[in-house]
Amino acid sequence: MSSFSVTEPSARQKWFAGALVVMYAVITILPLLWIIGTGFKSPSDAIAYPPKTFFEPTLEGYVNLFTTRTRVSEDQLKEMGEPKTWYERLVRKDGLIIAGPSRFPERFYNSVIIGFGSTVLCIVLGTAAAYAFSRFKVPLKDDLLFFILSTRMMPPIAVAIPIFLMFRSLGLNDTHAGMILLYTAVNLSLSVWLLKGFIDEIPIEYEEAALIDGYTRFQAFYKVVLPQAATGIASTAIFCLIFAWNEYAFAVLLTSGTAQTAPPFIPTIIGVGGQDWPAVAAGATLFLVPVMVFTILLRKHLLRGITFGAVRK
Amino acid sequence: MLHSSIDRAAHATPPVLARRITGLSDRAIAWIFVAPSIVLLLAINIFPLIWTVRLSFTNFRVNRPNEPVQFVGLRNYLNILTDKDIWLTMQATAHFLIWTIVLQVLIGFALAYLINKKFRGNDLWTTIIVLPMMLSPAVVGNFWTFLYQPQIGLFNYAIGFLTGADPSSFSMIGDTSLAPWAIIIVDTWMWTPFVMLICLAGLRSIPSSIYEAAECDRASNWRQFWTITIPMVLPFLMLAILFRGIENFKMFDLVVQLTGGGPGSITELTSINLKREAFEKWRTGYASAYAVILFVTVFGLASIYVKALNKVKQR
Repeated sequence: MSSFSVTEPSARQKWFAGALVVMYAVITILPLLWIIGTGFKSPSDAIAYPPKTFFEPTLEGYVNLFTTRTRVSEDQLKEMGEPKTWYERLVRKDGLIIAGPSRFPERFYNSVIIGFGSTVLCIVLGTAAAYAFSRFKVPLKDDLLFFILSTRMMPPIAVAIPIFLMFRSLGLNDTHAGMILLYTAVNLSLSVWLLKGFIDEIPIEYEEAALIDGYTRFQAFYKVVLPQAATGIASTAIFCLIFAWNEYAFAVLLTSGTAQTAPPFIPTIIGVGGQDWPAVAAGATLFLVPVMVFTILLRKHLLRGITFGAVRK
Repeated sequence: MLHSSIDRAAHATPPVLARRITGLSDRAIAWIFVAPSIVLLLAINIFPLIWTVRLSFTNFRVNRPNEPVQFVGLRNYLNILTDKDIWLTMQATAHFLIWTIVLQVLIGFALAYLINKKFRGNDLWTTIIVLPMMLSPAVVGNFWTFLYQPQIGLFNYAIGFLTGADPSSFSMIGDTSLAPWAIIIVDTWMWTPFVMLICLAGLRSIPSSIYEAAECDRASNWRQFWTITIPMVLPFLMLAILFRGIENFKMFDLVVQLTGGGPGSITELTSINLKREAFEKWRTGYASAYAVILFVTVFGLASIYVKALNKVKQR
């Protein structure tokens, strides 16, 4: 005799709910699968009507993403003779010849550098501040915490003008250092609030025991609290990384070349006559898939991260 | 009473211990730990904001640094509030805000309610639904323009398949009547899971004993839903609405890539309009006044809303 509970849904309800949710999930994942698929289509397959679900996969999109091509004249083409190998066929396509690498690797590398740099800074500053807010009597604690949170309400465009002027006079425009500082400031509110929540959950007795054993405060902090907060720090770091990785508004206004990240760059990938969709999709795939993996790893902490620790499971 | 005082005594650092703690004093450590963050925020958030306020009273233009800057008082503010285009922008923003919130709350709550039925494999499907939320809005928005292409776009094809309409007969981002809906659809696709997750947390926070008690009182399912489920989830829903409201009032990246504010200026939300003033027409002073008005609006509305939210929580 199993225990009867009125709150347990019946098998039929479960089946019905499951079917609806699965339907929604399939619809919601379609655009993402389409991005990944389009990256492996030939340009003609990409714009076929009706849209192709099954196609001959090719790496053309990825080749175009990493290279730039130049047009050569008919005579020069004749001189070269017929392309013999698949490799030569790839290099010469429709009278266009691969001329060199594209800017995509640089832009991607900028995203990595700025993302990781700002994440490290965010975690170092955020952990320190969160520990102090959690364990000490900081004067005006609540006001400071609210002030830190309120920096999140500003539309990026609203402060972009003075930041643009400030960076210009400091020589930080279009530099990695400038973008790292900026993204750190943007994500600091998230990191302080999240980490404070994680540190609040560590019982204070551990530190007191360490202090009794003759540790200094500082030793107690990094030998006792940091290892305890490791999971929280790791998930906060991933959130900071994702937000810096995805950021577009500041990137498009304050970088133009040297430090430009991938989000402003990917939409500008142009082929012959408009956007080269397979190449755009290939770039988007390389850019989005790491975040998808992180999201799957983070699913336990997801809610907490996106609500600044306001909602905990 | 006695217990609480014993607890307090136990939690306070004992005086003998306090004397034995070596190294920096707690106070010094607190300052050293908090100061860098505050300094950085002051330098990169607050200082620019004050600068924006200062610029808003001038006729400064970034692209003409050699022109003498004049103090124009409140003229920028008056110009903005009497400008017809600004009100059209506000209308576009309001349309976007209201519909995204309505759709995301309805779909998000429905999904959370269904997932809460704990069918097999619900974790896997929840994770799949959540994916779009974490992706770069600019990159995703750019790709959606491809899905929205007449004839060859997947979206148009799907709509044509379902309704029998000709997929080349309409353009989601080219038609003035459809473009506002184009951005609402993508935003809803991206952010419904956010509302869903918060609602799910709300639903899971309801103790089952309440339903069991209602069952004993012979309350119908319908009645249980309206008198237990909805009131218990409401504070969570309001929090979700607050987050979405602030985020969508600032909306920039997704819409810039999708429609760029077009066609014409039908989807020109406040942030996009501001960017045009500041970085295309280079009216720095005017744009700064605009930014101040926006910030005050967000902050004011959010504060009023939080007060209401706290009232709901206290019920």
